[in-house]
Parts: sequence; C-alpha cells; structure tokens
Amino acid sequence: MTPTRRKPPRVGDGPIIRRLLIGTTLFFGAILVLAPLLVIAVEAFGQGLKAYAATIAHPDTRHAIFMTVATALIAVPVNTAFGLAAAWAITKFDFWGRRFLLVVIEIPFSISPIVAGVAYLFVYGLQGLFGPMLEAADIKILFALPGIVLASMFVTAPFVARELIPLMQAQGRDLEEAATSLGASGWRTFFSVTLPNVKWALLYGVVLCNARVMGEFGAVSVVSGNIRGQTNTLPLHIELLYHDYQAAGAFAAASILATLAVVTIIAKVALERRGAGRRPALAAVAKEQNAGTRP
Amino acid sequence: MKIRLDQVVKTFDTFRAVHGVSLDIESGQLVALLGPSGSGKTTILRMVAGLEYADGGHIYFGDQDATDIPVRDRGVGFVFQHYALFPHMTVAENIAFGMKVSKTKRSKPEIATRVDELLRLVKLEGLDDRFPGQISGGQRQRVALARALAVDPKVLLLDEPFGALDANVRRDLRRWLREIHDELGITTLFVTHDQEEALDLADRVVILDQGRIVQEGTPAEVCRAPNSAFVMQFLGDANRISATVRDGQAYIGETVVDAPTSLDGPIDIYLRPGDVDWRPEGDGIPATVIRVLDRPGGRRVLANVEGGTALEFDVAPEMAVRSGQVGKLSIKRSRLYPA
Repeated sequence: MTPTRRKPPRVGDGPIIRRLLIGTTLFFGAILVLAPLLVIAVEAFGQGLKAYAATIAHPDTRHAIFMTVATALIAVPVNTAFGLAAAWAITKFDFWGRRFLLVVIEIPFSISPIVAGVAYLFVYGLQGLFGPMLEAADIKILFALPGIVLASMFVTAPFVARELIPLMQAQGRDLEEAATSLGASGWRTFFSVTLPNVKWALLYGVVLCNARVMGEFGAVSVVSGNIRGQTNTLPLHIELLYHDYQAAGAFAAASILATLAVVTIIAKVALERRGAGRRPALAAVAKEQNAGTRP
Repeated sequence: MKIRLDQVVKTFDTFRAVHGVSLDIESGQLVALLGPSGSGKTTILRMVAGLEYADGGHIYFGDQDATDIPVRDRGVGFVFQHYALFPHMTVAENIAFGMKVSKTKRSKPEIATRVDELLRLVKLEGLDDRFPGQISGGQRQRVALARALAVDPKVLLLDEPFGALDANVRRDLRRWLREIHDELGITTLFVTHDQEEALDLADRVVILDQGRIVQEGTPAEVCRAPNSAFVMQFLGDANRISATVRDGQAYIGETVVDAPTSLDGPIDIYLRPGDVDWRPEGDGIPATVIRVLDRPGGRRVLANVEGGTALEFDVAPEMAVRSGQVGKLSIKRSRLYPA
C-alpha cells in the first residue's frame, strides 16, 4: 500500500472558499448578465415570430437601424484613421506636448457622454459658438446625422489609439528605422512594416469602437433631438418604443443590439486568440521576436 | 568608401552627447567605436547612418558631404543591436526587402538569386522560409547582416552587433564577421562596449569617453601605449597604486622602485594582472594574499599591499598560494600617470 501524503493546501485552495467563490461568481453572473439577456430574447419573441418581424419591419425601426449603421460607417473609419495617426505620432516621434496629447486622448473615457452631448450643443447649437455661422450657411449639424456622428466620434475617439499606443511603444522605432535605412519611403514603411505588425490590435480597437458607436446613448440623445423616423438611432428608438408602452417592439429592437454585442464578443475572442488586446503578452512576443535574449 | 567626420556635435535637449568629434576611416577598414555607456558611440554611429542629424560639423562619404542626406538615400547598411528583423516576413523576405523597395528596379528572379547568394554568404541556406521568431539569436543577427548587405551599401554600420548573444556564439560570429569583411572589403564601423570584441575584430579602435575621442589607433597601439589612465582601465583589468616620484625613484609606502619617467610628485602606477611577479620571499613590495580565484588558465590572486591598496595579479596554475600568505611583489612593467 502506498502511503498517501496529505499536501498542505495552497492559498485559497480550501474547498469551502473555492466553492463559495465559484458560487458567488456564477450567481452574480447569472442575475447581472444572463438574466437580462434572456429577458430580451423572451420578450422580443413573446408575441411570436410574426410580431417580431413586423416590429423590425416598421419604417421607424428600419430608419433607426439605418441611422445607426450610417453613423458607424462614418465614425468608425474616421476614428480608426485618427487612432492610427495619434498612435504613430505619440510612439514614433518626440515632440513638445506629447504627454499632454496622451492625456487628451483619454479624456472621453472618463467623461460622461452626456457632458459631451451638451458641449456639442454649446458649440454647434443656435446659441452656440458656431451656431449663427452655421445657420447662415444653412448647414445643419445638430438634430441631424452630422451631430450624431460627431458625438459618437467624441465618445469613441480613444478606442483605436488606446489599443495601438502600448503595442507600438513596446515595438519601438527600430523596425521603421531599419525599413528606412533599407531605402523604403514613409508610406512603404507604414504599409509593409508598421501596419502588419499592429493589424490585430488595430482590428480589436475597431471592433470595440464599432460596438460603442452603435450602442452609444447619452451623447447622441442630447444632439439628435429624438425625432422619430428622422434622427433616432437604434438605442434612442428602443427608449422611445419603451416609453410608448410597446414593450415587445422595444425588446425586438433591443435584440438587434444584443445580437450585435454577441457578434462583437465573438470577434473579440477570435482576435484575442491572434494575440490582440492582451497587451503584455503581445508586447513580450514582439520584443522576444526582435531581441532574442535582451541583456 | 572613405568616411570622414569633421568636428561633429550632437546635443540632446541640454545634454551634449558628442563634442566635436573628428575621425577618418579609410576605405575598406573595419573600425570599432569603443566606450562605456553614455560615451556617445551609438550617437556617432547613428549620425553616420543618418538616423540622427548632427547639430554641427560635417560627415563626408568620400568627397561628398553626406551630413544632410536622409538615411533613405545615404546608402548605408545598418545592423541594429536587437536585429530589428520584420517579424511578419520570412528570412528570405527580410533579406529581399531592401531590393524590393529600392529605386533601382530589379526583376523577381534577380532578387531571388541575390537572396540565395546572401543566404550562402551568411551560411543560412535552407532557412529562407522561416520566420525570425523561429530561429536563434545568432541566426537572426546573420539575417540582419544579410539584409543590410543586400542593397550593396557603401558603408556597413553595426550597433553592438553581438551585445544580445551569449559568449560562445559571440566569439564565433565575431570571427565570421571578420571573414565576411575581408571577403567583401566594405568599409565597416561598429559600436561596442566590449574591449575584447573591439580588439579582436577591428583594424583600428576608437576609444570614446563622454562624447570625446580619447585615443585611437590599432589594437596594438592602444594596448601597448594607452595614453591615459581612463584608457588603461577601460581596456582591461588594471591595478592602481598611488606613489610619489622623486628623481626617477617611486616611493610606494616604505618601498622604493625605479620609475623611468619624467614625471615628478604624486603619481598613479597602473599594472595589469600579468605585470607582477609574486614570490613568497625576497625583495619587493610586501603583500598579503586575501583570496585566490581559480580560473581555467591560471590563478588570480587578490592581495593587499601595505597601506591597504587592493591588488589583483595572475600566477601560474601550479603556483601554491593560499589566503593569509605574505609575500613579495615585483613589478615587471607598468604605466605611470600623474595622479
């Protein structure tokens, strides 16, 4: 008979603590996350598939979907370009105000979106900074698509830049310097050297940015004016339906956003498998590949 | 291609990294820039490459003033300390990169032939479709060199080329780089903080300290006649003994030795570990053994001479020395610098 030796438990490995922790996590996960999602599904299809299809097909809902997609189609590419430019500037050049720019990019993360919305009112509104000028030129920014796009862009400005900056900082300037010393032009260096090395992080940032643009409520609700069938995006439309006591319609519209969220999560997980988003791991890989054994 | 630096100056913010450095590098020479960290050696190399611009002075490639020519058009091959291989490209693609982006158009088969040729030169045949992450550090360094050579540079520049490798790989690569240099005859400038590497590899060694050249010459010149205490200490293990010279005699504590020098007054005597003879008794400077370190080639003795100065010297492997032993030291050769 082999004597069984009792090993001392590792920290936190006691069966009671373990079960308690797992149980608590599962419980809160279920009531905080899973239950609401289930409710959306149940309520959306509560009155049958037909009612669901009818709600989605309603012109106002279709227009709200159109507004949301249009906003994303404009805001996401612009913010991607901005994020790339900002990350490039901050990580590859030394200039006065570099740290300040880093902080500025982060501001939308910490500011309430509603504040952004109100700020835009003061800048572009009738009584605002550019209001009279815009009115004279007959350019409509507030209570129209441009205002919604601007507010969404403000809120999501940091997403791409935030993913790229730490990675590009870890990669350093060696690769670009090497490409240039071999005779590559600036554009060539960017497209053949910089971009391929950050593409997964870039895509990761784009996915997160897109999810946020499509789901943005606070900032957009201030600048859109909530005109049904005209300036309502999907999140605003959901609120409107709900206040009209059209619960089934609200949940049907919500199910579209929920589906979008699930797609985003799948894309995010797929990208993380490629190494994006896990910054320390990725930075380590980039370093290891170029350095071998660093002293 | 002959390189000439004329009074080159570089300042970062308020820190002056390079103070008016002038240097001639003859065509086809292999020259080492040697110095401790912060001595400005890498900055000088990067200015020659065009990765940094000089704040003052001129850099000439042959007769052409290259000071303001951008890196892209300067025609230098630069090998980075951490290789800077493109991680998403194979070894062959890395080597071909310079030829692909070059203004002189080359056909695909032409490039492929050149890549094969370079792979043979750096002895990496068969690794062409590996990625940088899949090969060893030494192999990466060789790919980096092949990539730099692919564009037929006028000048080859290497920044601490072996700094990130372990000792054995380092020694092999060093000899191999010398062979490649002799084969291609390309003017080469490299930066190192490792004296052994510089002395092993270079035709001429340029020793830098705090942004200034302190001595330059062949390895023999700088080893046999270091012109300052700094060079003496930087090139290898050195012992310092304080002494006073009067009329050609150096007074070390109670002991008097001949001092063939025109100096007078307080001086520092510098000795290499091999410059001293140890004997258990007889004439010489009295010393007490503190520790004995055994090494493959001999024994290193740590001793104190009277007055408390610590001294390191080498004795033959069969010499019986033990700590606590008292004996006499005689100086075989030394270098004297004013204290």
